[in-house]
Amino acid sequence: MSLDINTKKAKKNAWRISKERGMGASRIRIPGGYCDADILGLVSEIAKEYGNGYVHLTTRQGFEIEGIHLEDMEAVNAKLQPIIEKSGVNQNPEDKDKGYTASGTRNVSACIGNNVCPFANYNTSKLARRIDKEIFPNDLHFKVACTGCSNDCAKVRMHDFGIIGMTKPEYDPSRCVSCNACIKGCNSLSVGALSMENYKIVRNTEKCIGCGVCITKCPTRAWTRSKQKYYKLTIMGRTGKKNPRLGQDFLIWADEDSIVKIIKNTYAFVEEYISPDAPARKEHIGYIIDRVGFEKFKEYALKDVELLPETKMNTNVYWDGIHFS
Amino acid sequence: MGYELSRSQMDEIFSKLSSHYDVYAPVLKKGEGTFSDIDVIRYDRVHSLDEIEWEKRSDYSFKEVLFPVNETLFYFTEDETTVPKAPEKGRIIFLRSCDIHAVKRLDQIYLKNGFEDFYYARIREKTLFFLMGCPGDCDGGFCASMGTNTTNDYDMYIKLAGDKVYTDIKNPQFTQCFDKFNKADVAPDFVSENKEKVTLPTNLPKDVIDNPIWKDYGSRCITCGRCNFACPTCTCFSMQDIFYKDNENAGERRRVWASCQVDGYTDIAGGHNFRDDKGSRMRFKVMHKIYDFEKRFGYSMCVGCGRCDTICPEYISYKNIVNRLADEYNKKEGK
Repeated sequence: MSLDINTKKAKKNAWRISKERGMGASRIRIPGGYCDADILGLVSEIAKEYGNGYVHLTTRQGFEIEGIHLEDMEAVNAKLQPIIEKSGVNQNPEDKDKGYTASGTRNVSACIGNNVCPFANYNTSKLARRIDKEIFPNDLHFKVACTGCSNDCAKVRMHDFGIIGMTKPEYDPSRCVSCNACIKGCNSLSVGALSMENYKIVRNTEKCIGCGVCITKCPTRAWTRSKQKYYKLTIMGRTGKKNPRLGQDFLIWADEDSIVKIIKNTYAFVEEYISPDAPARKEHIGYIIDRVGFEKFKEYALKDVELLPETKMNTNVYWDGIHFS
Repeated sequence: MGYELSRSQMDEIFSKLSSHYDVYAPVLKKGEGTFSDIDVIRYDRVHSLDEIEWEKRSDYSFKEVLFPVNETLFYFTEDETTVPKAPEKGRIIFLRSCDIHAVKRLDQIYLKNGFEDFYYARIREKTLFFLMGCPGDCDGGFCASMGTNTTNDYDMYIKLAGDKVYTDIKNPQFTQCFDKFNKADVAPDFVSENKEKVTLPTNLPKDVIDNPIWKDYGSRCITCGRCNFACPTCTCFSMQDIFYKDNENAGERRRVWASCQVDGYTDIAGGHNFRDDKGSRMRFKVMHKIYDFEKRFGYSMCVGCGRCDTICPEYISYKNIVNRLADEYNKKEGK
């Protein structure tokens, strides 16, 4: 059978065109990698009815249902509707039953976060869902990930925007029993920012990365978390064939609203400066910044952003990485 | 004597009380627990009944009100020492039956153990105890097994029931404030049975010291001391002499809570350490609670509040250790 398929459109519709002629795969986004278990059943149904019975768990925490005949795309798109609704992904009303209407802005991924993890400093999947709501659907190639603490299990430093949870440790010396648990914890698990003076703890605020280990180790609640949740925003990490590199710290001790705004603002920057030659209008934002300069990026990104007084901003950011081209 | 009054009448009495006394009660501290977005319940000053956590047992006990975590014993300069003044106001502590039994243990150590502890005594003599009822069996508590589930030893019992309040007054100094209200039969809410049950081992043999149970639990312990710090009956402290940084001829001596599980507890001059391994620390703690204290004072130290089990990050169950010992030795005894 001779197929007549607009592959560019199909790809934007979150379909992968398989290397095997006539076959494709349906890509399902699950913001924050956190979903109602019923979605698994729905995915399973599609895989069995239209696919080859197999599903790939993607690196970005979605599902890719394999082995679907391209002529079934429309039918499968309709079957995606309850999944899109259950996972709370944005969809324009006129696009009901038409699957995902964009794929450039990738699923916002997250580590398991403070729903479960003792180290996490915030609810990562909740923030991932909030950001996904703000930026999806959009065809521009943005990768955003949220991780609960500086362990960075979500590998956010390999993303255009990486959000790392922080907390400001607050110390009540009147509850401290000089047991050293925080110092030992900070030395062995973190950066060694604590020392003891006159039987009380001194925190080197320059060194402290706000990971919260001291708080989890404290047996008396002398250390507690700040009410304000803080985040580190790392930017322009990437993988790829030219110059893979780790994202660098842009903001430290930032708040959630500022970060969401900066990510949204960056869309205007990319619209303006993306290379006209970018294949399928897909260019890592970092390459655009390399070309037009960090000052220009900041001008767009920080528009109407009011950072907390305690937020530290690196006014210049430099990347290294491996250069292949 | 029992009384029934309205919530607003009780609030008025409470606000008068809190101007004469420093009132301490369990308070839910939002987000101040060990992990992110986890709460903790611990004692703090309160100024209204609404600030009190009535339902759940506190994670840390009331003992810090009588025996502060850090307490300056005296300040010193080159040739003088000054003892800090006692708190001016008396204290009221809201607490449950098991904890009232724990006060007896604290008194035993600090008032009736050879001599009176000056610092403890001066707070204790101005402290009143207000009983809170137990709405039900609390998580991990085994008060009924320890016989601490009921008490008559309180100044006032307070129970909130919607817009009504019931009180039972044992301290005659409060009778006058309540006499204008309706008398009622008020019996405190006590727990009569717990899900968790504990049997104490009897006639432990000397070779219990070699029981593999200590190594077993010791290997799991991280020596954080949470069990001791949360316990209402642990009374150990350590001394710290602080020499002020900008003038080392002046300073203060503090006593600070200590834990028999934490490193340093048995360090002595010359660098020796009696209980270096975690198993022997675990043995010391358990045996003190169920054997040594009783041998000396005639009753068991543990009041069965269950806080140590609930707070242990390694899920070590003191209660289970005690039951395992009872299981092993009480059977032998029966033979």
